[in-house]
Amino acid sequence: MIEMNIICAKKLCLYYRDFQALKDIDLDVPAREITALIGPSGCGKSTFLRTLNRMNDLIQGVKITGEVTYHGENIYAGQVDVTALRKSIGMVFQKPNPFPMSIYDNVAYGPKLHDNLSKAELNDLVERSLRGAALWDEVKDRLKKSALSLSGGQQQRLCIARALSVSPDVLLMDEPTSALDPASTMKIEELMGHLKQDYTVVIVTHNMQQAARISDRTAFFLTGDLVESGKTDEIFSMPKDKRTEDYITGRFG
Amino acid sequence: MRPYNAFLGVHMKTKNIVEKTMQAVFFALGMVTIIAVATISAFLIINGIPAIREIGLWAFLSGQEWRSTGANPAFGILPFILTSIYSTIGAILIGVPIGLMTAIFLAKVANPRLAAVVNTAVELLAGIPSVVYGFVGMIVLVPLVQRTFALASGAILLSAILVLSVMILPGIISVSRTALAAVPREYEEASFALGATKTETIFKVSVPAAKSGIAAGVVLGIGRAIGEVMAVLMVMGNVPNMPNLFEPARSLTTAIAMELSYATGFQRQTLLSIGLVLFCFIMMINLILNFALKRGYKA
Repeated sequence: MIEMNIICAKKLCLYYRDFQALKDIDLDVPAREITALIGPSGCGKSTFLRTLNRMNDLIQGVKITGEVTYHGENIYAGQVDVTALRKSIGMVFQKPNPFPMSIYDNVAYGPKLHDNLSKAELNDLVERSLRGAALWDEVKDRLKKSALSLSGGQQQRLCIARALSVSPDVLLMDEPTSALDPASTMKIEELMGHLKQDYTVVIVTHNMQQAARISDRTAFFLTGDLVESGKTDEIFSMPKDKRTEDYITGRFG
Repeated sequence: MRPYNAFLGVHMKTKNIVEKTMQAVFFALGMVTIIAVATISAFLIINGIPAIREIGLWAFLSGQEWRSTGANPAFGILPFILTSIYSTIGAILIGVPIGLMTAIFLAKVANPRLAAVVNTAVELLAGIPSVVYGFVGMIVLVPLVQRTFALASGAILLSAILVLSVMILPGIISVSRTALAAVPREYEEASFALGATKTETIFKVSVPAAKSGIAAGVVLGIGRAIGEVMAVLMVMGNVPNMPNLFEPARSLTTAIAMELSYATGFQRQTLLSIGLVLFCFIMMINLILNFALKRGYKA
């Protein structure tokens, strides 16, 4: 049986001390699809994304109620192994953030943490990950060079390769193209089209055209509420909520 | 209508004069440091070289005996050079792990309130005069070392190493802590997002990313350890032996301090030569420090 929804948020609330950043979010993320989270700045879309791999744990003063299930298991339950969770649910950040190491070491970092691989296995894994991120051909001759010598777009694809290296199931992308030029953005969007064959992708974007171009489903956030979610073409062609319509037609945000 | 001339006028001239004067003042005061360094260098070279020339550079540096006041004097400073190197290495071996761990604790682990308390302690440690370190070393550490190892005297190289390793802590801690705190949060987040634990992230991402700054802290510690006089004088026993961990020893700095008050003539000149050797060591350390810092800014 094919599992339909790989991640489900139920009545999820998040507080930064006294401020409620997420209000009773119910959202299902279907497997092998791209789900886009859209909304104006400060609406909670990135915060929501970071609840899915518990990156909010790192911020002091965050309190979460409700639940997020991954393969049916609540990831906020007591005995969850957060490192194993983050290995399965990878993340790509807004600003390309390769480690100040070689290209090879960037990709090998994750696998070295979790498995004891031979040199040959590691080489193979690095190549597969870089191919998966459509970067192999550009860097195969300079794997030992610093990752910081790459262009911004290449750095971001390296970060995608790095995320793929630990064989995740889900990829969370937090505005992955907002710091990139249009040509690099196009490459990454193209790459995402390939990635969804093997991975479930959740992407935060403030670029509505991008959401419309690449995603299968869209969720619209506003001031901590999930206003509306559904198939992307429906959301963009006939939004049910007036606020969604106002946002996607560019009346605010 | 004078749309542009409105910006000119008498007060502009005054402003210019003030500007020029201030620049001259800044320049002059900046020169004070250079003059001081140049004077010290010239003094040491001019006064340090004659004795070295008479003894012979090699005999001076490699001679194992120092009998400056005997009937048959010998002026070999190898024991002092080695003592300075050994005590510095010893202090670094003990002080760096403690200092680096403390820096990691302050920058990455401790909650802000506890970090502030520890930080205050570190700053206080930095402010304690070296004579106080020496005094506490003399009263507390030296007898303790003597009893622990059943020695005739506790004023030995080991005691100096222990005192120095505490003295270099504040410098190592504050420089390393700053370097660690400056590691971009994004690097650490990327590591966590790959399923790394906090410890893995600290040792595999944060520390390597801050390595130039940490290296600068270590070099600073080396400089402090090799240049320290008072505390070492009070706990090391000051016998011009070839160094041994459990015996009294005399370093380059204390060799000068021991005899300077009464030395005259040629003996005094040899002390200045020791000063020149020490100066060369410190210069080398500073060059390494500058190199480490520059590399730090590039990365």
